[in-house]
Amino acid sequence: MLKPVDVLMVGVGGQGTILASKVLAAAAQAVGYDIKVSEIHGMAQRGGSVVTQVRLGERVYSPLISEGEADVILAFEELEALRWLSYLKPGGTLIINNQQIYPVPVLAGVAEYPQNIIAQIQSRGVNVQVLKALEQAISCGNAKAANVVLLGALAQKLPIEEKIWRDALAATIPPRLLEVNNTAFTAGFTVGTVSVGC
Amino acid sequence: MKELLSGNVAIARGAFENGVILAAGYPGTPSTEILETLSRYKGIYSEWAPNEKVALEVGIGAAMAGARTIVTMKHVGVNVAADPLLSLAYTGVNGGLVLVSADDPGMHSSQNEQDNRYYAKFAKLAMLEPSNSQEAKDMMGLGLAISEQFDIPVMLRTTTRVAHSQSMVELGEPVAREIKPYSKDVKKNLMVPAFGRLRRISLAERTAKLAEYSENTPLNFIVPGNDKVGVITSGISFQLVREVLPDASVLKLGMTNPLPLELIKKFAAQVKTLFVVEELEPFLEEQIRMLGIQVTGKELFPYTGEYNQGLLRRCFGEAGVLSASPQVEDPAAGLPQAPPRPPVLCAGCPHRAVFYTLRRLKLTVTGDIGCYTLGGLPPLEGIDSCVCMGASIGMAHGIDKAVPDLKGRTVAVIGDSTFLHSGITGLLNAVYNNSDSTIIILDNRTTAMTGHQDHPATGRNLMGQAAPEVDITMLCRSLGVKRVEVVDPMDLSRLQEVIKSEIITPGPSVIIARRPCALLKREIKPAVTVDQEKCTGCKTCLKLSCPAISIVENKALVTADACVGCNLCVQVCKTGAMQGGQVDA
Ligand SMILES: Cc1ncc(C[n+]2csc(CCOP(=O)(O)OP(=O)(O)O)c2C)c(N)n1
Repeated sequence: MLKPVDVLMVGVGGQGTILASKVLAAAAQAVGYDIKVSEIHGMAQRGGSVVTQVRLGERVYSPLISEGEADVILAFEELEALRWLSYLKPGGTLIINNQQIYPVPVLAGVAEYPQNIIAQIQSRGVNVQVLKALEQAISCGNAKAANVVLLGALAQKLPIEEKIWRDALAATIPPRLLEVNNTAFTAGFTVGTVSVGC
Repeated sequence: MKELLSGNVAIARGAFENGVILAAGYPGTPSTEILETLSRYKGIYSEWAPNEKVALEVGIGAAMAGARTIVTMKHVGVNVAADPLLSLAYTGVNGGLVLVSADDPGMHSSQNEQDNRYYAKFAKLAMLEPSNSQEAKDMMGLGLAISEQFDIPVMLRTTTRVAHSQSMVELGEPVAREIKPYSKDVKKNLMVPAFGRLRRISLAERTAKLAEYSENTPLNFIVPGNDKVGVITSGISFQLVREVLPDASVLKLGMTNPLPLELIKKFAAQVKTLFVVEELEPFLEEQIRMLGIQVTGKELFPYTGEYNQGLLRRCFGEAGVLSASPQVEDPAAGLPQAPPRPPVLCAGCPHRAVFYTLRRLKLTVTGDIGCYTLGGLPPLEGIDSCVCMGASIGMAHGIDKAVPDLKGRTVAVIGDSTFLHSGITGLLNAVYNNSDSTIIILDNRTTAMTGHQDHPATGRNLMGQAAPEVDITMLCRSLGVKRVEVVDPMDLSRLQEVIKSEIITPGPSVIIARRPCALLKREIKPAVTVDQEKCTGCKTCLKLSCPAISIVENKALVTADACVGCNLCVQVCKTGAMQGGQVDA
């Protein structure tokens, strides 16, 4: 019996949420999960929010995750974590990249980017795992691999073996970028074994 | 072999496996990927038409001549195609014709939330509604077969969550692509009143046969459950209901026009309380009530927006079907609200310059649909209206004729793809009726909004071949517009000068603001820098709504990663603090 898992991936256009969901789906498929993935990328290229919902189970009906239902929220950006936090279920985990991307209303000075988002979320008693995915990706050799660092941290939480993840990466990522991404995955995967507090 | 496919890709696969020969459409979310996918299959001819009406007509021709055909569009596209559609069921087809209507409950990327199921009833089409990707593929194939068997066009109606959700699909082998013989048959295909009347009667007969088919098709089936609660549903709502009420009896309608009325009666008799769960309008509910069956529908479930399982749980809780779920604490309670992250015009977008200028000139601007509609939002606020594709030109002309105060103070803005879609006739009208209106065509050489599709002025077609490139200047001239100016919108002072002079000039004028979309031709020039001494923190540059510009500690800051060196801010800056790459010719 495969344990049902609902993962919400949230970020900003261009952060690579879609690739991350592809690898996740490929890994889940390899272990025999039924899968539904739903994406809304409201003009992703124009700097909007992107949300990908991935549902895994023996048999999945709805492609959507409702409020209070996500086992894991994988947040590629802090503000997006805050925006979607209500979707986390009690006892669920928020994996958050400590990156801030200011939306235009903030840049234009008509809205404020909330202070200390991570600490505030932690103060609500939520399980939070913080990653410096961008820095880690850069030290792995490619800033673009931040998504795969985050994926590594997610992988640590899911009942899918490492080997299967590696195969899924190889099946999804172009060969010339595979090595960097494998290193990035390792970075996230090993961070995932210890809970980092702030 | 099973693959994880979106509904759209599954529909394309279904068309490929089931002998489709011609595919036509016009881009529109959430339908676009169907044709984009089909264009990569060998052996299928696919094309973007300039608009949905033409796409459907192309499809009608192919089907009449014996080829299996798919035509795709978003829900509002069907409005454009409605004229041929409303007579198509009369003539019927020869090769099967499936029209995909992709509806958008929740308006993720649309100007309205119309429920196109009424079109199927109105135009007397057979309608199929898939609830996942496997059904999307299967119904595509079955739709073609139904179309041929009953000599009727079939509407395959999807919604965003079917079109854009991925689920597992069993792939099949393609059948041979065969063209059915064509023979001239004016009584069937030439819709003059005398023949139309005959086809009207034939249509009634065909509809009756279809209704019989609907009673027996496996597309409509009962999921047995307890006899207390029964739910009639279709499309994505079926999946939600199965998730929320796993023990209820469910009548799943895959064919929703014509409805299987006997099956509905039989199902209703099996259960104590009956619900209808459907997004948007009470399409099923009204017809079920007409049977004299008591049912709970829109008094419980919303008319508007998209459904999800959380919402259905609440509704069924209210109805006493589900015990109220325990109140869980919202982890976000008490935290600050996240400021919105609206999409914005990209750094380097040529549209920005136009809206900045229109706002400065305080003009009334009738707008249209495309990326540039974003130019209506703060802080650019350079558009007054947006109704439907092509509306801007007619509206500007209407203002020009009716309201003297706004004469000479009104312009229409319209994108290149939108102009070719449905702006040409508006311009023709402006010329014919001696308009004084000014029309700005935002020619970014692509259909940017829906993901950069080609169109008749880009020089390329959907199959990736070189194509003749419509000369928009010559087109406008040939319609009778005497004053056609081409400007580079990135040259702000000239742009402003041209607009100012054209709005007060009698007769219609067209200004073509031409520069390729910033995402299309990525020429990244050195980022703009800010001279801290000269910057007074006046915030004029913020009015451009550029994602690369912010004010930090009262000085402008240009984020080098985001800036593409378009230099617009350099032109706008009053103190000369913004410095950067040069405007190229
Ligand atoms: C009848 C209809 N068909 C399709 C669409 C989807 N759609 C919205 S804008 C647009 C075209 C935009 O292209 P263009 O006018 O060139 O402007 P751009 O986005 O490139 O700025 C399309 C296809 C629609 N809203 N209505």
